[in-house]
Amino acid sequence: MSQVPDLDLDQVARLARIALTPEEKARFSAQLGDVIAYIALLKEVDVSGVEPTAHAFPVSNVWAEDVAQPGLPVEAALRNAPARRDNLIAVPKVVE
Amino acid sequence: MKPAGSPALFHQTVAALAAQLEARQLSAVELMRAVIARTEAVEERVQAFNSHDAADALAQAAASDARRAAGQARGPLDGIPVGLKDVIAVEGQPLTASSRMLANFVSPYDGTAARKLKAAGAVCWGRLNLDEFAMGSSTENSAFRTTRNPWDLERVPGGSSGGSAAAVAAGEAIVSFGSDTGGSIRQPAALCGIVGMKPTYGLVSRYGLIAFASSLDQIGPFARTVEDAAIALGAVAGHDPLDSTSVPVEVPDYRAELAKRRGPWKLGIPKEYFGAGLDPEVGAAVEAAIGHYRKLGCQVREISLPHTKYAVGAYYIIATAECSSNLSRYDGIRYGHRAAGAKDVVDLYFQSRAEGFGAEVKRRIILGTYVLSSGYYDAYYLRAQKVRTLIRRDFLEAYKEVDAILTPTSPTPAFKRGEKAADPLAMYLSDTYTIGVNLAGLPGLSLPCGFTRDGLPIGLQIIGQPFAEAELLAIAQAYERDHDWVGRHPEL
Amino acid sequence: MNYEAVIGLEVHVQVRTKSKMFSRTAAGYGLPANTLTDPVVLALPGALPVMNRAALDQVVKAGLLLGCEIAAVCKWDRKNYFYPDSPKNYQISQYDQPICAGGSVEIELPGAARNVMGEHKRIPLTRIHLEEDVGKLSHDAGGSVIDFNRAGTPLMEIVSEPALRSADEAFAFLTALKAVMIYGGISDCDMEKGQLRCDANISIRPAGEAKLGTKVELKNLNSISFVRDGIAHEIRRQLAVAERGGTIVQETRDYDGQTGASQSLRSKEMAHDYRYFPDPDLMPVRVDEAWKARLRAECPELPFDRQRRFLERYQVPYTITSVLVPDRELGDYFEEVAQLSGEPHLAGNWIINTCLQFLNDGQLAGVPDLRTKIPPARAADFIRKRAAGAITSAAAAGVSSAMLTGTASTDEIIKAQGLDARADAGELEQWCRDAIAGNPKALADFKSGKESAINGFKGPVMKAAKGKADPRQVDETLRRLLAQA
Repeated sequence: MSQVPDLDLDQVARLARIALTPEEKARFSAQLGDVIAYIALLKEVDVSGVEPTAHAFPVSNVWAEDVAQPGLPVEAALRNAPARRDNLIAVPKVVE
Repeated sequence: MKPAGSPALFHQTVAALAAQLEARQLSAVELMRAVIARTEAVEERVQAFNSHDAADALAQAAASDARRAAGQARGPLDGIPVGLKDVIAVEGQPLTASSRMLANFVSPYDGTAARKLKAAGAVCWGRLNLDEFAMGSSTENSAFRTTRNPWDLERVPGGSSGGSAAAVAAGEAIVSFGSDTGGSIRQPAALCGIVGMKPTYGLVSRYGLIAFASSLDQIGPFARTVEDAAIALGAVAGHDPLDSTSVPVEVPDYRAELAKRRGPWKLGIPKEYFGAGLDPEVGAAVEAAIGHYRKLGCQVREISLPHTKYAVGAYYIIATAECSSNLSRYDGIRYGHRAAGAKDVVDLYFQSRAEGFGAEVKRRIILGTYVLSSGYYDAYYLRAQKVRTLIRRDFLEAYKEVDAILTPTSPTPAFKRGEKAADPLAMYLSDTYTIGVNLAGLPGLSLPCGFTRDGLPIGLQIIGQPFAEAELLAIAQAYERDHDWVGRHPEL
Repeated sequence: MNYEAVIGLEVHVQVRTKSKMFSRTAAGYGLPANTLTDPVVLALPGALPVMNRAALDQVVKAGLLLGCEIAAVCKWDRKNYFYPDSPKNYQISQYDQPICAGGSVEIELPGAARNVMGEHKRIPLTRIHLEEDVGKLSHDAGGSVIDFNRAGTPLMEIVSEPALRSADEAFAFLTALKAVMIYGGISDCDMEKGQLRCDANISIRPAGEAKLGTKVELKNLNSISFVRDGIAHEIRRQLAVAERGGTIVQETRDYDGQTGASQSLRSKEMAHDYRYFPDPDLMPVRVDEAWKARLRAECPELPFDRQRRFLERYQVPYTITSVLVPDRELGDYFEEVAQLSGEPHLAGNWIINTCLQFLNDGQLAGVPDLRTKIPPARAADFIRKRAAGAITSAAAAGVSSAMLTGTASTDEIIKAQGLDARADAGELEQWCRDAIAGNPKALADFKSGKESAINGFKGPVMKAAKGKADPRQVDETLRRLLAQA
């Protein structure tokens, strides 16, 4: 990778499900371009033979026993719902 | 009845207040009233809170008094007004992350930190302002208000936990809690002249903390003194079965440990942290603090953390990658802001998120999505995680020679509002001294060590070994014992 | 040009556990909407996942049963995509380090006739991993609605190699897989309850060609039969395209089992970029030898292995094993009764004919109820008496019914019902004499050497005896009398 890869802002914003205004696109393009150029600094580090840090303190098999506990009552679960019908979350029609 | 000449209740420490509460010289309700009155007097200028509920706080205080009257007081935090950064879930209280996305969200559950604080009898007082979704270093990214630095209202309190720091500095809370992902407790503590601490990753449960970067976030206390920070930390530390990243370690009585640990210590000064970009007054104050440790008999030596210059880059890859995924849940479907008039669900996502998130949040989500996207994962994310291993190794190597590391917390004192807001990269680079600590998962604390000529606080950062918070606090207290920065209060 | 079909299946099996994969709210089906949720299930701000230990046991067990390599270490990854039924808009799954790799499913193709075992094949698997299920999206007049009860339920994803060659093989694969899952207590695989879901990847290529053709993904296959029908339909469709010289387009198609037609699903604006990365909220899983050994000890015999063993050891007919094997408890019961009685044929027949009847008509609530009411020892005693002729076939039904209620021994029941087959010798002799006297033609035939003529007397004897005569005794008595006649 010898130069900063292009940021396809439209594609990335689509993946992130954020509608950007043309003004935002222009502004972010420049700002993020600077940041991406800066983080490209990392390519000069010799990482051969180095394991990625998965977790700071490697532990494994962290789990809980399969005992059912009471969850949220339906009113609490839906109290912040923007729209509901009966006890279901309502959304505009989803076209599959 | 308070002794003549003592500071106002809202400027006193947990330790002092707990003694008065225990001696029945003071009631929790009286204390809460004093804090409410102080808040009403200064909040218009400080803007530390997103919301607070005086009636609810007084009810909690009354409950504390009732417990005490029944001989069931729960410890030093019982009845103490504790402010919480508006990312820590408390059942029935707003949980907004200072974002339009969650402007009307009320948490239906207590996170573990809240549950433990309630178990300790603390009064959960108010929702404190922050940079939206904890992304920022100045609290200017809040969607609701800009918190001012109590020492100079034209300047920022730091971020992202700016409200939590300002509230304690201004006497609007006795202690508070914030969260720290890249310095978001330590830097505002430094800029506001108080103690702020980020524990070792995994010491404090993240269940109930709105996630920014899962492998970096920790909840930690703000306090006026090291002893208060020890008390506050002890209330929330400990393994939590609801957080798989929480580590099963023994949690000592941090406050009791302070008396047992007197040093002297071997302290390291990383040469990479004292170069270009460091404000000379900050440098001088930190040098003076280092000199004081020498006087106390500590061995101070220069060390090297060679991968320091890659820390900000590695951080902004890892943190944005993780947050881009953590913030996907904010879509207006089950809760949160939902755009009006969306023609279908896809449109609903795009519009709700466009309207709900501020610019910095959008930038970081975009950057994080980019570094994880097809074709870029190896070059960015994977590489950054390897660099992270090297950064952590640098610290662990150093710890073969020294017990703790001293650095400035922030390269500059509090800057003026608007000064860095237009240049995200410049803002990111101001995290340069704090960020490596999160990448390495280590505990770090900022302690007041002086003021600039303009009266702005300066902070000394002490970085400790993994799970050595008791030692870290003792090292901090050794300096604090001989200085009275804490006695100075902003004029509000 | 001769083409062959190449089919791979991606099967999602809901794992049977009490609580969800990453939180301890109960798992369940058919409950009122949004009553099985918690902050983790709903992906509320601040929620964090914690693995369900039993779900891990179940998937390791599934891997052991299917002959997979169990990974010594595996981890969790986030699969990032937005959809309304997915609360976090990422699914916790396993990407490059799945818990199981390889393995295979033994299948049986339909045989030439009902009572003949079909050809067996082994279909290799690519991998099995664990992930979490999503909520249920439905559509109503106002738009769409979501119930998150199912969200977070543990789900196994089983991926086969593209080694299936026909719709029938796919059907056989799912049937066999379901049988193994049920045997292992891992899942009930009830497709109506969403416990088993299947997508198919289908391509065709010229026979003998090694390279794979363009594959089409078929979704929305709601029953094992629809899987077969949908695949058959798609193969025909692809062949038709190839035969007229067209190109098969890589796409996802939706099969409608009712109409038998498929259509292309609206293609997404872009290919999915799932941006997989290791989930920082979860720790890796290490499976050691002790864990595997503990689960291996719990693994039952596989259905086809049991079937082969029943055929070989007990010499029961294929059709009987086909009924005894699918229900593990029924097979267990059969085996115990067969061993205790020493009469596997009779035991098998009695279970298939009589016991299943009781189960079907509700007199028994299930095989455990059968086992309680007619413990294997009691059943074995009955079977032995059947074999000895102490209970005739006609009397057997009555005795069986009597055993359902009460705990009387077979001897007591026989006495109580007056079913003692040992009829009075004198009575029997008289019935035989009467029968011989009443059928001179049969007598003449018998005396002229036609052995089978003796059967002409047996009917009337049995009728007179009201089924209580022991057939061997009848035969002996008749022959003695005929010798004298």
